[in-house]
Amino acid sequence: MTVQDEDRITLTESQKKARRNRSVAIALALAAFVVVVYLGSIAKFGPALFDRAM
Amino acid sequence: MAIIQNERLGDTGLRLSEATAGDYFALLKPRVMSLVVFTAFVGLAATPVAVNPVQAMIAVLAIAVGAGASGALNMWYDADIDGRMRRTASRPIPAGLVRPDEALAFGLVLAFFSVMTLGLLVDWLAAAMLAFTIFFYVCVYTMWLKRRTPQNIVIGGAAGAFPPMIGWAAATGAVSLESVILFLIIFLWTPPHFWALALFKTDEYGRAGIPMMPNVAGHESTCRQIFAYAVVVAAVGVLPWALGYAGAAYGAAAALLGAGFAWYAWKVLRMPREDAAMAPAKALFAFSLLYLFGIFAAYLADALFARWAALAGA
Repeated sequence: MTVQDEDRITLTESQKKARRNRSVAIALALAAFVVVVYLGSIAKFGPALFDRAM
Repeated sequence: MAIIQNERLGDTGLRLSEATAGDYFALLKPRVMSLVVFTAFVGLAATPVAVNPVQAMIAVLAIAVGAGASGALNMWYDADIDGRMRRTASRPIPAGLVRPDEALAFGLVLAFFSVMTLGLLVDWLAAAMLAFTIFFYVCVYTMWLKRRTPQNIVIGGAAGAFPPMIGWAAATGAVSLESVILFLIIFLWTPPHFWALALFKTDEYGRAGIPMMPNVAGHESTCRQIFAYAVVVAAVGVLPWALGYAGAAYGAAAALLGAGFAWYAWKVLRMPREDAAMAPAKALFAFSLLYLFGIFAAYLADALFARWAALAGA
């Protein structure tokens, strides 16, 4: 089945701008979360973070 | 090619969002969040134990995000009455910027991540208290009490009073008398703060059908209760000094701020019913914010000074 041009939704400029704004915010939030988990793990466990049974 | 805009999709229930990140940030009630961040930070930093600074920052961040999640879930549930009050009509949901189901999903995701982050990286007691606070604010206050009883903000005020206890628990892993007194200061401060607002917003609350104390018990009764709570909070504010774990400088600051709070509440008590401008109620509302900031700042300064003095003497 092919998608007809008539069935597709084209975003308006303001919708595109808002989506881009939200995407950037989500990317920044995810990056911040990664940093928080990384630093928080080191702060909580210290060198013991790397002690595990082989 | 069809360009479909919101006006046309609105009829079918579909809608292409034009909400920006700023609209989602507004769902977090940033002004309330700033007070939560400050009181949680004081609860955490005023403990007598040394706290890892990274864990301290993560704890405050998680508490802030948890408080923001509560705000988003509150706006999701209250979108109908928010639209009827001038003070809240421009919030993202009644303004048509964010859909209710988007706000619900946003709030739930943030609540989950804030609690898990606090538990996994800092302390599980603090995380459990944060989860309870979110539950209390959303289910007990917003869904149950707010539209049913004039005691809504008295009982619901507990949700706003928990952050310093959570901060304390994040640092020490425990609940103690000191943290309970910080809780009590905010808990007892909440009714006079909100009832001062409700006095000069009586019409709006009435239009929205929210049974605030002035709408239910009347002007005189509300003013009497405001004064009674202000006197009690002034006394409780001095307790850390009276019990011997805060210094005289804190005691003096708390006594002065408490006297100011009681004085402004007294002026509200003397305010005639016909006073349409309600300047004393507006003044009390403004001073109540200064009171809370001032007493927590004094408590923090006192605790940090005591720690510095102990280090200098060692």
